[in-house]
Amino acid sequence: MTDRPTYGFDTLQIHAGARPDPATGARQTPIYQSTAYVFRDADHAAALFNLQEVGFIYSRLTNPTVAVLQERIATLEGGVGAVCCSSGHAAQIMALFPLMGPGKNVVSSTRLYGGSVTQLSQSIKRFGWSARFVDTDDLDAVKAAVDNDTRAIFCESIANPGGYVTDIPALAEIADAAGIPLIVDNTSATPYLCRPIEMGATLVVHSTTKYLTGNGTVTGGCVVDSGQFDWSQNDKFPSMSQPEPAYHGLKFHETFGELGFTFHSIAIGLRDLGMTMNPQGAHYTLLGIETLSLRMERHIENAEIVANWLENDPRVDFVTYAGLPSSPYAERAKTLYPKGAGALFTFAVKGGYDACVKLVDSLELFSHVANLGDTRSLIIHSASTTHRQLTPEQQEAAGAAPNVVRVSIGIEDSDDIIADLDQALAKAAS
Amino acid sequence: MTDDPTDDCLRRILRETKTVACIGVSMNTIRPSYFVARYLSLKGYRVVPINPGHAGKELFGQTIVGSIRDIPKDIQIDMVDIFRRSEHVLPIVEEAIAHLANLKTIWMQVGVRNSEAAELAEKHGLQVIQNRCPKIEYQRLFGELRMAGFNTGIISSKL
Ligand SMILES: Cc1ncc(COP(=O)(O)O)c(C=O)c1O
Repeated sequence: MTDRPTYGFDTLQIHAGARPDPATGARQTPIYQSTAYVFRDADHAAALFNLQEVGFIYSRLTNPTVAVLQERIATLEGGVGAVCCSSGHAAQIMALFPLMGPGKNVVSSTRLYGGSVTQLSQSIKRFGWSARFVDTDDLDAVKAAVDNDTRAIFCESIANPGGYVTDIPALAEIADAAGIPLIVDNTSATPYLCRPIEMGATLVVHSTTKYLTGNGTVTGGCVVDSGQFDWSQNDKFPSMSQPEPAYHGLKFHETFGELGFTFHSIAIGLRDLGMTMNPQGAHYTLLGIETLSLRMERHIENAEIVANWLENDPRVDFVTYAGLPSSPYAERAKTLYPKGAGALFTFAVKGGYDACVKLVDSLELFSHVANLGDTRSLIIHSASTTHRQLTPEQQEAAGAAPNVVRVSIGIEDSDDIIADLDQALAKAAS
Repeated sequence: MTDDPTDDCLRRILRETKTVACIGVSMNTIRPSYFVARYLSLKGYRVVPINPGHAGKELFGQTIVGSIRDIPKDIQIDMVDIFRRSEHVLPIVEEAIAHLANLKTIWMQVGVRNSEAAELAEKHGLQVIQNRCPKIEYQRLFGELRMAGFNTGIISSKL
């Protein structure tokens, strides 16, 4: 619907969505800390409630500060629209909500953030939904897992805890043939490294908590719609293609065309699930996202240096980083993620579980936290924390075995990062 | 310019247009054509609804007419907005050229495209937009879609 952006990524990450404030001329996006918005008159109110006009009603649905962030992320991802929500996990539910229903399933990659595995394997069952986990390197297995009740395929672009890059175009092809959308969690790659929509994805979800905000200040999430999926091609998506009782029988896809999914996410998803991002949170993420490309360049530069150093250290068994030539995914990473394979990876410490725990406890500069995508270097022993709820088989499949630690390489001096790892590895080995 | 008009071109059309004949507008309040026509009238355009099945009734304060040739001569139509299937567009454009002296723009809705009709209109000096919705373009170009997180493609540091 737009003229394709003629501006570069660095320009868009600063400007998209954010014109000077129309009320005051404020150049930085103001924090609109207001719950509700005044209607011009009864007709205006009616038009807004009937979705005939777009405007601010109530901040559970839309907010001027949040809207700027939504347009920013939609633009960077090359989508038609985006809805922000309270966390990455909220974004995943918001993406699935219009697609799923009791008895329906999502076919998901096994290589996911542990919390996402739990969300999909356990909690969504309470809605009557289910997930079928498959190794996305086995495309035949993915095809075989898709049945008539499958409503989406779900994967991460660069998978958390790391070392794996997904063949998005191959999964998009399978989804396309089945008439269902591919949803890609692009949290770890960010649109700077990977634009899933250009590779055929229908929806992109983010935990904006991570690199997009970039400095570990707020939790947030986002669902971006490509606007390219034909929701009326089959009878699988009644929320989009059939009359919506809450809006006098309006059909979202027919009425709003490529904008339909985003309108649905606001008018039904945010309205009824209420997983809203608050304007303060949006403000922090807007500040962070302005420097996304600069940070990602340094994250990657550091990750490559540190991964290389670790791989050559005798105290380390192996490093799983798709940016290393030794990685089985090195070729795929080069083709699909030419700017870099992210800054998240795992390495195995000789000495197993105990050595991992000792290493983590001995680090000074690295923070031991359950997070990623901060300016600071972070480390976690996934098996005893984020992936603790998983069975040993699930841990293995997710790349979170007991002898590995996961690092999120920050943008400090790479020499300092290496020095810290060096002294801690010495203690872990003693 | 027919399939990929620039934002400047769309903006100019939406600004210079005052009166729109909406061909095939529905009386059903949840149909897209009703949405669009109502929206344009809310935004201050004079909308002349055309639908032979409902001729004589009122919609948005205007009398519905049965066809382009039935539009009263004192109403100067700037733009014809077509909500009909692509294969029905050519005779509509021929009729518009024959009867609407003031006509400047032929606009075909999302999903509507007819290159023969577009060529004919352009030969008669008309601007042609195909496969777009004037409501969405208006909302996108004049700020409304910004309020709901859509990618408007507009980058500007001007107020
Ligand atoms: C890849 C990925 N997706 C989703 C999430 C969940 O995001 P949030 O913590 O913002 O709910 C995380 C969090 O660690 C993540 O790493």
